[in-house]
Amino acid sequence: MSPERPLLSVRDLRTWLDAGDAIVRAVDRVSFDVRRGETFALVGESGCGKSMTALSIMRLLPDAGGIVGGSVELDGQDLLQMPESGMRDVRGRRIGMIFQEPALSLNPVMTAGEQVAEALRRHTPLEGGALAARVRELLEAVRIPDAARRKDEYPFQLSGGMKQRVMIAMALACDPELLVADEPTTALDVTIQAQVLDVLRELQKTRRMSLMLITHDLGVVSGMAHRVAVMYAGEIVETASRDAFFARPAHPYSRKLFDSLPSGSKRDGALAVIRGSVPALTREFTGCRFADRCDSAWELCRKSVPGLYDAGNGQIARCHLYAPGADKSEKWGQSRISERDSSMQSQKIDSDPIFPDPIFPITSNESLLLVKDLKVHFPVHGGLLKRVVARVRAVDGVSLEIEAGRTLGLVGESGCGKTTVGKGILRLVEPTGGQVVFNGSDLAHLSRAALRPMRKHFQIIFQDPYASLNPRMRVLETLEEGMAALGLGEGREARQARVDALLAEVGLDPEVKFRYPHEFSGGQRQRIAIARALSVEPRLIICDEPTSALDVSVQAQILNLLKALQRKKGLAYLFISHNISVIEFLAHEVAVMYLGRIVEHGHVDEVLRAPRHPYTRALLSAVPVLDRTTKREVIRLQGELPSPVSPPAGCHFHPRCPDAFERCGQAYPDSARFTASHTAACHLYPMV
Amino acid sequence: MPFKIVILWTDALIYLLVVVVLLLAWHVRRHEHLAAPWRKVARSPGGLAAAALLALFVVIGLADSVHYRPSVAVKDGKTVYAVEVLSLLDAIAAPLRARKEKTYSAPLATRLFAKETIELPGGGQARDYPRLKHGGAHLEQPEEQWASDIARRALWGAAAGVVLWLVLAILLCALLARRAGADVDEIWRAIWRGETEVPWRAVLVTLAVVLVAGMPLLALAAKYHVFGTDKVGQDVFYQSLKSIRTGLVIGTLTTLVMLPFALLLGVMAGYFKGWVDDAIQYLYTTLSSIPGVLLIAAAVLMMQVYIETHPELFDTVTARADLRLLFLCVILGITSWTGLARLLRGEALKLREMEYIQAAHAFGVSHWRILTRHILPNVMHIVLIAVVMDFSGLVLAEAVLSYVGVGVDPSTISFGTMINSARLEMARDPMVWWSLAAAFCFMLLMVLSANLFADAVRDAFDPRIRTARPFRLAAQKA
Repeated sequence: MSPERPLLSVRDLRTWLDAGDAIVRAVDRVSFDVRRGETFALVGESGCGKSMTALSIMRLLPDAGGIVGGSVELDGQDLLQMPESGMRDVRGRRIGMIFQEPALSLNPVMTAGEQVAEALRRHTPLEGGALAARVRELLEAVRIPDAARRKDEYPFQLSGGMKQRVMIAMALACDPELLVADEPTTALDVTIQAQVLDVLRELQKTRRMSLMLITHDLGVVSGMAHRVAVMYAGEIVETASRDAFFARPAHPYSRKLFDSLPSGSKRDGALAVIRGSVPALTREFTGCRFADRCDSAWELCRKSVPGLYDAGNGQIARCHLYAPGADKSEKWGQSRISERDSSMQSQKIDSDPIFPDPIFPITSNESLLLVKDLKVHFPVHGGLLKRVVARVRAVDGVSLEIEAGRTLGLVGESGCGKTTVGKGILRLVEPTGGQVVFNGSDLAHLSRAALRPMRKHFQIIFQDPYASLNPRMRVLETLEEGMAALGLGEGREARQARVDALLAEVGLDPEVKFRYPHEFSGGQRQRIAIARALSVEPRLIICDEPTSALDVSVQAQILNLLKALQRKKGLAYLFISHNISVIEFLAHEVAVMYLGRIVEHGHVDEVLRAPRHPYTRALLSAVPVLDRTTKREVIRLQGELPSPVSPPAGCHFHPRCPDAFERCGQAYPDSARFTASHTAACHLYPMV
Repeated sequence: MPFKIVILWTDALIYLLVVVVLLLAWHVRRHEHLAAPWRKVARSPGGLAAAALLALFVVIGLADSVHYRPSVAVKDGKTVYAVEVLSLLDAIAAPLRARKEKTYSAPLATRLFAKETIELPGGGQARDYPRLKHGGAHLEQPEEQWASDIARRALWGAAAGVVLWLVLAILLCALLARRAGADVDEIWRAIWRGETEVPWRAVLVTLAVVLVAGMPLLALAAKYHVFGTDKVGQDVFYQSLKSIRTGLVIGTLTTLVMLPFALLLGVMAGYFKGWVDDAIQYLYTTLSSIPGVLLIAAAVLMMQVYIETHPELFDTVTARADLRLLFLCVILGITSWTGLARLLRGEALKLREMEYIQAAHAFGVSHWRILTRHILPNVMHIVLIAVVMDFSGLVLAEAVLSYVGVGVDPSTISFGTMINSARLEMARDPMVWWSLAAAFCFMLLMVLSANLFADAVRDAFDPRIRTARPFRLAAQKA
């Protein structure tokens, strides 16, 4: 076994999917190597074929898929030529795999320990006590606290992060040479993600195991990978070492990906967007697959398929710019001229520069909505007579002030109650207590009928663009519904005209109103959802993670649109998100929530640049960053979010807090005020 | 007027059902997303063949649902109508209905099944199997001529079937050709190569089987009792044909009764939750805890008593029997809505949390509008699947109930009553098997085609079933 030979060598892999009426070339001539002991990251947006590549390597493709050509060599042995029985010895034994959704990859009727033991029994002769010892050893290796007890628990008793660790323990059971991790932390919160990534990084280092990491998150790549490959439309368009890739991405697509990431430094302008959408993989390509969306494309890009060229620095890019003999400076200059219109959606809003001075005059400090001590408790029924035995304190005394034309970002991990705040304000869930004051009337205590005329001032945009539009209603009916229900628009004619105007406003062709939602992509659906919210001329839109289900490039489009609409119409947003960089890009003010309460509140620069509350600090430090050169101290939180049914006594955060002292366990701290706008609820800061 | 149209209760409801189905079909045709799954049904050969067979049953059932009373005399300028209510099917199959024998006779027999004392022409008596009054009565020497006569008629029938099939097939081709603007010849070849989008080949094959098997039956039925006769000498083939309507009525009208309960209560329970959900759940758990047969028996017997104490309400026997049939549908409907309601409750529970419903709440859209515009259209596929699947179960339930004696009126011909009356004769030696066999065959054909059709419908409508073909490498490489 020569040390130079890579552990996994994929050559010209082609995987096709039978979509019924067409063949989808999901993976098209993909070649790469994974060396021993290295972390190899495969990056790309959804639908680019990265998961299909992983499943092809494991030979676990769905029924409709098949490997059409190429080879996958594990240590010189071609996995594609192996019989299925031989392959079963490879899976789990030599290659382990972790999937995205820990909740779905564990069997709910088997204990954590049994599931790990199952993998061991299949591949090793271990029995009885030795087996139990090994299981415990593995669970400890993935840092499951109290492993002896946890191994007898069922998946429903474990939190998401725990489940993912059990999955990792299963994958590691037989010391595989290669671990394939398909979006291992996408379903997890940032603080938990940081813990899981730590576990993976450490295991990889101590066991000299190769790790193939599949992700869409460049931040995760930056923290984990040694080498990076970028996939686009079924092909690898760039491979590079981590440092070279983050210092200077070579392929125009990689560059665009970086440009479209939101961040605080891009606040004052629009994000770069990749126009158009990923081409359908059902057709044959005669040129570069990215040509239609590329700013630097010229005629050659459409005519001939680029090969993989050396871009210097050990980087390889599938782009004509790097073809030997190509004069780069000239091509770069030329490319700027070839701006062209894109087909489906008019790009007006996307390409409009956002005006430095807003059209709508923002009169600051004009309070639009005042939330005072909002409480939303959900009763937990139990016993024979279904009496209320406990209460889930989803929102437990939240006070907010939203100013007209401004954006308040509400940040927190899943389960902290931030979505419930939004729904409580709109009375989509009934508040248990507190006030929502608008125009002198308390929305939280109005009757359903009295609330109706007020509803046109507040609207909501949801997270999942696939669930937020009724599949049985055309766009026209969807947009008309709100106007009809609130009695806006004189008759059908006026409403129809308004629908056209709304669609144009969100950058869609008015002709699309006769279509059904399934004909649109995720980004387009989200535009329709925004148009629906705008249809009643609201003054406040509650955005409930509107971009978290979207790819980075589409997210950039939607964020730009939201920003442009705010400037144009003077909308106020309550922007709920777990994504700090999105908040940093969009929000004027930030409130950080933990377990139903706001722990820190202030201007975006104050909170994100100089966080005072220990939770905010930990949260910010857990966010993976692209730039690994600036050293920063990462605060690792212990444990998980406690249950809101029985929050810890005193400060809710104290069991996990690195700075906790005696008083923290006794009383919930009052808010300490640092500046006119910046407050934090923590005992570290005695009342100023 | 030589006859008076009689619209029985079940007739009226069947007409209503036909109108509703036609309206729905028209509505579906105009909406692409509704039409798409039906097109998928039309593309499945099994489903289409089953639909063709089912259509035949429906046509027979519909013909049996047009009732009239023929006039018998004119008295004082007023026409007097017969007390007997006949249907279009009775009129078409008049010879079958009228040609009654004395008692049992085997299929295609020329003599009775039991020995009787016959007066010999020359005086004197003999115990022998007497000739049938109608079955094979045209034969001079039944023993010698019987076999060749049967064979000749069957062949003629088959030949007529082939001709009829050819005519229909060519008509279909001509129609398709006109629509596609192509040659009849081309279309014909395309059908047989299986290149048409709708698998007409499956329809034509089914039609061929039905015609080649059915036409000899009809040809023989003209002179013989193809399925024999029952205890009172009635033609079993005629009874089987009449049973079809009863089965269809039970299978379809019951769902008509059941749907409002299931839809409204199921969707409301899931949508409103809280005490509404509790109340509805208690209702259906209670209802489904009572043995269905017991409830049905009690209700039907009560109805029986009511009918018998109020004879003045019914001008004919058929009207009486019909009311009892309708009542059976109602009571079956009331006891069988719980399953679908439970399904719909679960679906509505899921849908109410969907974000588009939350968005509708944010607009202040009324509960009723949310139920009708957002929830109902999104559960319709479940309703459709359940209704089609329930059909066969209900047809079988009728047979069981009538067999037990709490089903339809004894004067109504149904698969259940046929089986019930044949039950005792199974113990005879030699056995009287034909009533049971005929009921069995007809019911099997009907239920099987309904089930196959239901499968095709479910495959097309159920979003959870992905009918992706496994990827075939060899085929793709070629």
